[in-house]
Amino acid sequence: MASKKFLYINRKAPHGSIYAQESLEVVLIGAAFEQNVTLAFIDDGVYQLLQNQDTSGIGTKNFAPTFRALGDYDVSQIYVERESLELRGLSKDDLIPLTYEDEDDDWAEKDSIHVVSSLELADIIEQQDVILNF
Amino acid sequence: MSVLHIVNKSPFERNSLDCCLRLAKADSAIILIEDGIYALQKNSAAADKLQQVLSKHRIYALQPDLQARGVNPENMLEGISLLDYDGFVQLTTEYDKLQSWL
Amino acid sequence: MKFAILVNEGPYTHQASDSAYHFTEAALRAGHAVVRVFFYHDGVNNGTRLSVPPQDDRNISERWSALAEQYDVELILCVAAAQRRGLLDEDEAKRAGKDGNNMAPGFQISGLGQLIDAGIQADRLIVFGD
Repeated sequence: MASKKFLYINRKAPHGSIYAQESLEVVLIGAAFEQNVTLAFIDDGVYQLLQNQDTSGIGTKNFAPTFRALGDYDVSQIYVERESLELRGLSKDDLIPLTYEDEDDDWAEKDSIHVVSSLELADIIEQQDVILNF
Repeated sequence: MSVLHIVNKSPFERNSLDCCLRLAKADSAIILIEDGIYALQKNSAAADKLQQVLSKHRIYALQPDLQARGVNPENMLEGISLLDYDGFVQLTTEYDKLQSWL
Repeated sequence: MKFAILVNEGPYTHQASDSAYHFTEAALRAGHAVVRVFFYHDGVNNGTRLSVPPQDDRNISERWSALAEQYDVELILCVAAAQRRGLLDEDEAKRAGKDGNNMAPGFQISGLGQLIDAGIQADRLIVFGD
């Protein structure tokens, strides 16, 4: 079966609602289908990637560490909109470092997260076949 | 072929429309459904924003959602095409991907 | 043309499931194929047969069931989302040791893979949510 380009757009903050957590579950299941997978974090979606999340005081599942597993699932195209970060007073340093091993480059460890402008992200959206929003 | 952007939230409650306008490329289209149609009220801040992008995007609205909310088409920004559900389905066949700004 | 529909919200609280229904119905009436309607998040609540809306209101789950029967459309509830929210078919209820099940006719429980598969098969995937 021909492979399609799937884009997951994440615009919601974690913890206040379940969308972010259940979206990540789709990404992990979807990774097994050998499609081309891209994730975009826009608006409050960027909060999903913040470091130091600890849900022990609210008794919900802390799924943020699961993002680190994405590289093992060959999900290595992760785009964060610069404008969304800046509006929230954040930078890439505030985000969980996500990496993957590049099989085309002697398994060198590389950054999965790319901070891109709105204009670049608009192009990325246009290049997809299937767009999923949660 | 391009993207059909779908906006279903009031521009006065959420930033969905702003986000859509920031990330929609020229020649993509926008359809306003559900509470998204409140952006069409003439002289509103949201309609002013839409007015500025009318040369860049075809803009549609779902008529049953407009009617349900009592928004009079006469008080609506000009240059918007109204569709029923059949027209909405037809429109989604004309754009090769659909992006819902939830 | 082949459509896939994703419904992320339950019935009655948000308009999303009404919009999804009207869109799906219009697509089928126009002669398009609907590969699958996939219900996720609170959307799984569309699949309960225990809902009793007032007589002058629409019955959302019955309406989906009727559409499935008329057009032979697959209505799939995500298993993980459904289990979390207490939507069980006979098998799931038995397996979990629960004393009842509540799946409406025409709905089935399956995995998230069915959503990805719908995206692969369909020409268009449309998402309705909050």
